[in-house]
Amino acid sequence: MTMKWRGWALTTGVLAISAMAQAAPPTAAMLSNACAGCHGTNGGSAGPSMPSLAGQSKESIVDAMTKFKSGARPASVMGRLAKGYSDAEIAAMGEFFSKQKIHVTNQSLDPAKVSRGASLQEANCSRCHIDDGKEGKDDTPVMASQWLTYLQMQMADYLTGHRKMPEKMKEKVDPMSKEDLDALLHFYASVK
Amino acid sequence: MTLERRNFLKLLGAGAGVATAGLAGCATQQPKTASAPTRKVVVIGGGYGGTIAAKYVRMMDPSIEVTLIERNDHFVSCPFSNLYLGGLLKDLSPLTIKYDKLAANHGIKVVQAEVTGIDAAGHSVTTSKGVFKYDRLVVSPGIEFRTDEIKGYDMASTPEVMPHAWKAGPQTILLRKQLEALKPGDNVVISIPLAPFRCPPGPYERASMIAMYLKQHKPGSKVIILDANPDIVSKKGLFMKGWKKHYDGLVDYRPAKKVTEVDTRNMTVLIEGVEEVRGAVINLIPPQKAGHIAHVAGLVGDDKKWCPVNPMTFESTLHKDIHVIGDSSIAGAMPKSGYSANSEAKVCASSIVALMNGKEITEMSGINTCYSYLSAKEAVSVTGVYRVNKEKNVIEAVPGSVGVSPDLSEVEAIYAESWLKNILTEMST
Ligand SMILES: Cc1cc2nc3c(=O)[nH]c(=O)nc-3n(C[C@H](O)[C@H](O)[C@H](O)COP(=O)(O)OP(=O)(O)OC[C@H]3O[C@@H](n4cnc5c(N)ncnc54)[C@H](O)[C@@H]3O)c2cc1C
Ligand code: HEC
Ligand code: HEC
Repeated sequence: MTMKWRGWALTTGVLAISAMAQAAPPTAAMLSNACAGCHGTNGGSAGPSMPSLAGQSKESIVDAMTKFKSGARPASVMGRLAKGYSDAEIAAMGEFFSKQKIHVTNQSLDPAKVSRGASLQEANCSRCHIDDGKEGKDDTPVMASQWLTYLQMQMADYLTGHRKMPEKMKEKVDPMSKEDLDALLHFYASVK
Repeated sequence: MTLERRNFLKLLGAGAGVATAGLAGCATQQPKTASAPTRKVVVIGGGYGGTIAAKYVRMMDPSIEVTLIERNDHFVSCPFSNLYLGGLLKDLSPLTIKYDKLAANHGIKVVQAEVTGIDAAGHSVTTSKGVFKYDRLVVSPGIEFRTDEIKGYDMASTPEVMPHAWKAGPQTILLRKQLEALKPGDNVVISIPLAPFRCPPGPYERASMIAMYLKQHKPGSKVIILDANPDIVSKKGLFMKGWKKHYDGLVDYRPAKKVTEVDTRNMTVLIEGVEEVRGAVINLIPPQKAGHIAHVAGLVGDDKKWCPVNPMTFESTLHKDIHVIGDSSIAGAMPKSGYSANSEAKVCASSIVALMNGKEITEMSGINTCYSYLSAKEAVSVTGVYRVNKEKNVIEAVPGSVGVSPDLSEVEAIYAESWLKNILTEMST
């Protein structure tokens, strides 16, 4: 019975159409795998300027994508790409990447800067960048083991006003020296 | 549409849900009993599409055996090969991948062999190392050249004199050597074929990189672009801006100049059989078609150039159980790029795994991004998110997602380097 139908479908060309009509909406994996050409397989980035998404919190990804989409957060490519997805799809991708194991990067970091950063983070950043940056309060991004280059590029965007800093973060960041900020980024990048 | 289909299936005596499973199930070679042989996927081509299809099938269902057949023991990336031509890379090693880690990490059998035939009815491929049976086959052989459209072009000898460098490797090195040997004051000709061809912005990026090299090392030399197309095919405004900013007077762009004849002895090309253009270096990029094996296997459509596929699964509309991805396929609005091939491979892998397990397939969702360098430090990008338009049964861009960079950008050049690192790491680990 089924075989006969298939034969008929093949000769009439209905098969291609039926396969389409019966396709389920894109799964989180279908949507997210397309991002991996830039962000790495399952969101684990191998390139120092490209952020890892693996193990990033869902809230932070949704917040970032929503801001990319509206233009509230400046971007090179993400502003355009984010417009390709609905809010529900963005949430599904946020969920997908948040479930991946955090990508431990092997980057060479100046140990002196790392320890200087470690001594500064508690008092200045830990209110939101919780548990050595392994977690984030609400939509605060996870920074543990993120690529240093990426974090530096983002901090530069904050400091030039290109990317808007959260008010309470700005209060902490503004009085700090560039050296101390760089030390903090070294620290977060070093956390495994 | 969906409802009609369902009602129709009901008439055939099956409930909608059952029909779905039954339909998908009958399209597979799934073993009915535990003692049945292992299910096999064979992938032809270890480039941008093939490596990813092999890897993702194994990631999504490790019970499926995957064999990747590639003629070479390594792969050289076309993306970034223009930077090597411009002198920004010392050699091609950052663009070269091997297959050992990919094979070990995912349990993929990698076979170095030339595929010479596909028996669609018998579900097997013939290679220089024997016959391989498959339940489903993925074909990602890249491109072949339509050299018969250029008078005087000999497939073997012409590219040794007028390199295409449109498949990276020895051809890229040859073109670089010719550029280094160029006498200052002599000109470089780049001949661009009619679209569609592999990597729409690629020839213009190449012109930029070569102009950069000439500006630094060959005073008095310029790049003459003979474009068969009526206009710059991709990122027009940005390329024009970059050429004006960095290489004013060094890029001589000539639209609607289709090369129809070559003379390697006199180093000339002929446009539409009449206008002769001479170059000390001639980078002749011939018009293109699907990889040779796709033609041999009867996967090419009425246009005799490219392979028609079901846009949701990338299964050939001409032969069942064979999927065609990458440059060889007709993927609607998705351009022929490495990023597209990567994205299509994942869609294809997901469909294959669903079909082989009798499960419902998932609607495709893909991305393309192409970075192009205009100078040592500046790049631009084009992006797009792609979906199937179900009414038209064709892949289209999601409105708003397609666009190019507002300007030349140093930041994009930094991101582009990591893009290459990530996509090559995806392919090789
Ligand atoms: C100069 C240039 C710059 C480019 N820049 C970019 C860029 O910046 N970004 C981007 O996204 N894309 C870029 N591209 C396009 C990109 O290279 C292609 O779109 C991509 O390689 C297509 O992937 P594929 O899998 O279809 O083919 P390929 O990657 O070419 O892989 C095909 C493989 O199949 C093998 N093969 C073929 N036939 C057989 C056979 N019979 N038996 C065994 N093995 C076989 C080949 O050896 C090859 O390894 C560029 C292209 C060029 C030329
Ligand atoms: C062409 C490469 C590319 C692709 C494809 C891509 N990204 Fe990005 N992504 C970037 C870059 C570059 C940035 C930095 C912001 C910018 O300049 O656009 C970024 C930043 C991000 C960030 C912010 C991370 C942080 O912690 O600050 C998120 C979240 C993100 N991308 C999600 C995605 C998702 C989801 C997809 C797939 C739908 C995707 N990206 C596809 C290149 C890419
Ligand atoms: C009041 C909460 C708060 C404090 C305190 C705070 N941050 Fe943040 N941080 C955030 C939030 C929220 C974001 C994401 C906001 C956005 O969209 O730009 C963020 C983002 C960042 C980013 C970008 C990461 C990425 O993946 O894009 C860096 C880097 C950063 N913070 C560094 C710091 C440092 C260093 C400190 C301490 C000096 C600090 N922050 C203190 C809330 C905080």
